[in-house]
Amino acid sequence: MAEFDTPTLKPYPEIPPIEIGVMAHSKPYVAKEDIQQKIGFPGELIDNWQQVAIDKMGELVNNSRALRVFLDSCVKCGACTDKCHYYLGTSDPNNMPVARQDLFRSVYRRYYTLAGKYFPRLVGARDMDQGVIDEWYSYFHQCSQCRRCSVYCPYGIDTAEISMAAREIMDTIGVGQKYCNEIIGKAQTIGNNLGLPEPALADTLEGLEEDIEEETGVTVRMPLDVKGADILLITPSADFFAEPHVDGLIGYAKVFHQAGMSWTLSSYASEAANFGMFIGSYENMQVLALRIREAALELGVKRIVFGECGHAWRVAYNFLNTLAGPFDFLDSRYPMPQHICEVTYDLLQRNALKMDPSANDDMVLTFHDSCNIARGSRMGDFEGGQFVIPREVIKASCNHFVDMPADTTQEATFCCGGGGGLLTDDLVELRVKGALPRMEALKQVVDHHGVTHLAAICAICKSQFSKILPYYGFEMDQVVSIHQLVSNAIQLGGEQ
Amino acid sequence: MAIELEGKSYETDEEGYLVNLSDWNDQLANEMAKADGAVLDENHWEVINFLRDYYEEYQIAPAVRVLTKAVGKKLGKDKGTSKYLYELFPYGPAKQACKYAGLPKPTGCV
Repeated sequence: MAEFDTPTLKPYPEIPPIEIGVMAHSKPYVAKEDIQQKIGFPGELIDNWQQVAIDKMGELVNNSRALRVFLDSCVKCGACTDKCHYYLGTSDPNNMPVARQDLFRSVYRRYYTLAGKYFPRLVGARDMDQGVIDEWYSYFHQCSQCRRCSVYCPYGIDTAEISMAAREIMDTIGVGQKYCNEIIGKAQTIGNNLGLPEPALADTLEGLEEDIEEETGVTVRMPLDVKGADILLITPSADFFAEPHVDGLIGYAKVFHQAGMSWTLSSYASEAANFGMFIGSYENMQVLALRIREAALELGVKRIVFGECGHAWRVAYNFLNTLAGPFDFLDSRYPMPQHICEVTYDLLQRNALKMDPSANDDMVLTFHDSCNIARGSRMGDFEGGQFVIPREVIKASCNHFVDMPADTTQEATFCCGGGGGLLTDDLVELRVKGALPRMEALKQVVDHHGVTHLAAICAICKSQFSKILPYYGFEMDQVVSIHQLVSNAIQLGGEQ
Repeated sequence: MAIELEGKSYETDEEGYLVNLSDWNDQLANEMAKADGAVLDENHWEVINFLRDYYEEYQIAPAVRVLTKAVGKKLGKDKGTSKYLYELFPYGPAKQACKYAGLPKPTGCV
């Protein structure tokens, strides 16, 4: 891994002067043959790849009116240029959203617009060649598909869609990213991104039950594959494996326990994450979504609840019904799907949970809105519910909460730096640099309001911050799960 | 990529994890640590041996909490913490220790 300098935190964010090509070296490992083939892509660069790539692009723009409009409508106004965390952290102009789009748009123009077909040079159109693919591989793996730029674009152009399309075209010609594609393969065969088989999952859950009992004296169950349970909990497998994720999982279990809800996890659908979205592959997304449907039918549940995972919630909220519906076998009195924060929020609204917020008095909290929840979905039945509900759950669990600056939260939230299938060690320079805007915002509330911990609502954000915080002079354990706070504050046992 | 040791070559992936788990031996672990500028002492070996035993039973590396608990039981409660494991394996116990133990790298959002 090449050495790099961690950016310095400034008291006020600055838009850096451009440095052309400084991140051109950043490329994730390429997926090997077996990984590619397992999920339906060619094992290596195919012979007639130029034509296949051009045809695939045509197919994508024909199938998605949105993609075509995004490619046709940019007027180069520049509103997006200083909105991407990767540009702000790296200074590479190809990380300005408009420039990233143009890497794709220039090829689209050449083959799918009249002017580009006849006068390519006049309209900045270029041929599909090896240089294009090399540039795409680098810079479409420097986009976390967070959609912050689309909020500021007067036309609403969504770079995430273009980045997904570029990745799909690359996969189609045999150029895939190792991290994402290996994980998709594992989730499709074993049931989760980690490759955690049923016996290991059962053993892990049993250990957690022991821990809770030891700590609280109360028996709180972590049921697995229980037929006839009311609720199927679909949560990121990182919740079983990593910290602080697991403390969130313990929090969900305590909420269900205290509310007297019957629930279960599934070893067959033991993953909320759906990396099929990151590579723009509808087919792969569907395979993973169908596992959830099958598990729900097999276990005979009435409701499906999702744990703390950003893009999983976007896939669930927006696409699950299209991918794997209809879910008419579930109890229609409950939202389908439902987020664990909605469940906890509803219980709090009804005074069904007794909380002691002083249990978290050793912390002053702030909250990092996850991109896919903030800009890709909603919670509750009111506008902005995805901002209000997690904050209300946090505030019910602690006495000290401060928001970060308004231009870095809610709809304007910055990516953690590791979303969109980039949470891999071979991209650590990009991840560190891309975290700069969030770290600057955090530093502000740390310095001015004594904030000690950052609460997160997504497995990727939690892992990314654990890794990145130390680069900026913070401690790795300054990131916590929302339901970890709930877990600390919730009063178990007694009258309900 | 490969590790050369005593005239034999052991295939690794791009990140230095062994491709064939059955290739693993003590010396290879020491060699991998050396490449990272680390020296394995008995504390490291406690962890590595636990990882290998667990993997043999479950075909996966243990969750961080399972590992800290096991280390705590064996070496005393003060050592059953992620902090202690990070002192031993600064690149992350799950990833660095797995590498030395010859296990595949944990994947996913971890």
